[in-house]
Amino acid sequence: MRKTHALWLLVRTLAALWMAAAGYAIFFVAPDERTMHEVQRIFYIHVASAWTAGMAYLLVAVAGVLYLMNRQPRHDWLGVAAAETGLAFTTVVLITGPVWAKPVWGIWWTWDARLTTTFVLWLMYIAYLLIRNLVEEPQRRAVLAAVYGIFAFADVPVVYMSIRWWRTQHPSAVIGGGAGSGLDPTMKAVLFFTWGATMALFAVLVRVRYRLESLRFEIELLRQEAEEPSAAPAALRLQEN
Amino acid sequence: MKNFDSLLAAYFIFWAVIFAYQFTVAKRLNRAEEELKRLKQQLALAGRA
Repeated sequence: MRKTHALWLLVRTLAALWMAAAGYAIFFVAPDERTMHEVQRIFYIHVASAWTAGMAYLLVAVAGVLYLMNRQPRHDWLGVAAAETGLAFTTVVLITGPVWAKPVWGIWWTWDARLTTTFVLWLMYIAYLLIRNLVEEPQRRAVLAAVYGIFAFADVPVVYMSIRWWRTQHPSAVIGGGAGSGLDPTMKAVLFFTWGATMALFAVLVRVRYRLESLRFEIELLRQEAEEPSAAPAALRLQEN
Repeated sequence: MKNFDSLLAAYFIFWAVIFAYQFTVAKRLNRAEEELKRLKQQLALAGRA
C-alpha cells in the first residue's frame, strides 16, 4: 500500500515537472513564428490538448470493447474516466482556438469543417455523460455507455481528416499533411514534448477520476447490502469477475 | 510583443479548465469517501460488515 502511494506520488510529481518543462520550452525554446509572432505559441497547448482528447476518446472506445467482451466493471470505470477527462481537454481546444483565431483571422468563430466537427465531438461526449446519468441500472448503463463510446469515436477520424478533405478557414495540417506541409524541427520537438506533458497530466486526471468511479461502485454494493442483504453476494460476484 | 495578452489568456484558460475539472473531481471524491465511510459504519452497527 505504501509502495503504491509512493509510486503514485512519483507519477504526479513527474507529470507536474514535465508540464513545467513544457511551459519553459514553449516560451523560451520554441522559435518565434514569422507572421503570427508570439500568439502562435498558443499552437503548442491547443494542438497538444486536441491530440490528448483524441487519445482519451480512443481509450473510451477500447474500454467499451473490453467491457462488452469481459463485463468487468473496471473497464466501464476507465471509459467514463477517459471520457470526462477528454471532455476537459476538448473544452480547452474549443476555447483556446477562438482566443488564437481572433487576432489572426479577425473573427472568434466560423462554422468551418474542423471547428464544427470538433464542436460536434464535444457535444457527443457531453451526451455520453448525460446517457450515463439517465440510466440507473449499473449493468445496463455500462453496456449502453460502451456501445455509445465505440460509435462516438467515429467522429475523431472525421475531425482529424476534416482539414484534409475540405478547404477550411482552419489552417491545413502541418504534421502528416503531405507535400508542402511541415514544421520547423525545434517547433516540432516542442510540440511533441508538450503533448507528452499533457498526456502525463491526462494519466493523472484519469487515475483520480477512475478512483471516484470505483468508490461509487463500492457504495452501490454496500447500499444494496444495506437494503437487501441477499442481493450483496450476487453483486460481489460481479465485482470478482 | 503583439497579441501577448491573447497568448497569456490561452495559457490561463488551459490551467483554469484543468484546475476546475480537478476541483470538481476532488469534491465528488471527498463526498464518495464520506458516503462509503457512513455506509460501512451503518453496516457494522447492523452486524453485517
